Amino acid sequence: MMTIGLPHYLTVAAILFSLGVLGIFLNRRNVITLLMSVELMLLAVNINLVAFSAFLHDLGGQVFALFVLTVAAAEAAIGLAILVVYFRRRGSIAVTDINLMKG
Amino acid sequence: MIIASLLFYLFAAVCIASAVVVVTARNPIHSVLFLILAFFNAAGLFVLLGAEFLAMILVIVYVGAVAVLFLFVVMMLDIEALAITDTLKRHAFIGAGIGLFLVVELVLVASGWVASTGAGASVLAIPGNVTNTQALGALIYTHYIYPFQGCGLVLLVAMIGAIVLTLRRRPDAKRQDVATQVAKPRGVRLVKVPTGSGV
Repeated sequence: MMTIGLPHYLTVAAILFSLGVLGIFLNRRNVITLLMSVELMLLAVNINLVAFSAFLHDLGGQVFALFVLTVAAAEAAIGLAILVVYFRRRGSIAVTDINLMKG
Repeated sequence: MIIASLLFYLFAAVCIASAVVVVTARNPIHSVLFLILAFFNAAGLFVLLGAEFLAMILVIVYVGAVAVLFLFVVMMLDIEALAITDTLKRHAFIGAGIGLFLVVELVLVASGWVASTGAGASVLAIPGNVTNTQALGALIYTHYIYPFQGCGLVLLVAMIGAIVLTLRRRPDAKRQDVATQVAKPRGVRLVKVPTGSGV
């Protein structure tokens, strides 16, 4: 069993990030799944930051992971609030229905 | 060491598998529940990396607040699971291509990566004799105090914004109107009610 190094963590984060991107392409059904894909991408970014922080013995990465967590929580709250308002007005949250602002 | 490696592979495999389910599940509730599982396993990865505080924050804030918020909204909105259509299959093809490309690219970058010799020799070096939480606190409240306060401001704005967005005044709700109550020309009136009859 070989020892776990930085590339292992970076690979996991890369796969998670790509799954998030894939989820955004894949889901035309509802915006909630899009928001969850964004959360997955931010989680991958956090894994990257913490892995670099641990392997470079630099605490700055963990501090910035904390900031990313804060922004992600704010983004989820605002996004879900917008979603609730939109659902009240239109009765649907399908991505294909959100075209009112199209020029 | 062997146990740490095995735990890494376990956490990583479950994390990626649940992320796949998050992306592909038909039912949004399944997506949210597997998102919670992915967060738990990412917290396990953080513990393996020695970042206990962030692992606990991930469990408390993400699983305890954000994922439950998602769950509430999914259940409140009453979304039905939709069938996969032809256009969706086309998007899936494009998305799979781009995702695969991105994975290969990122893994190539990650495996060919070399640290510069000066890296890690900064003022933010992890101290060896204190816990992770203590070291993080000593850094956040001194060196990163302004970004930390900015984070608090971001959360405050998000909270107020979410409340303002979702608050609605219902016209049929009965509520006390203090101004009309006070402005009534004659306030309290004593009425002598005869016995056996109403007012």
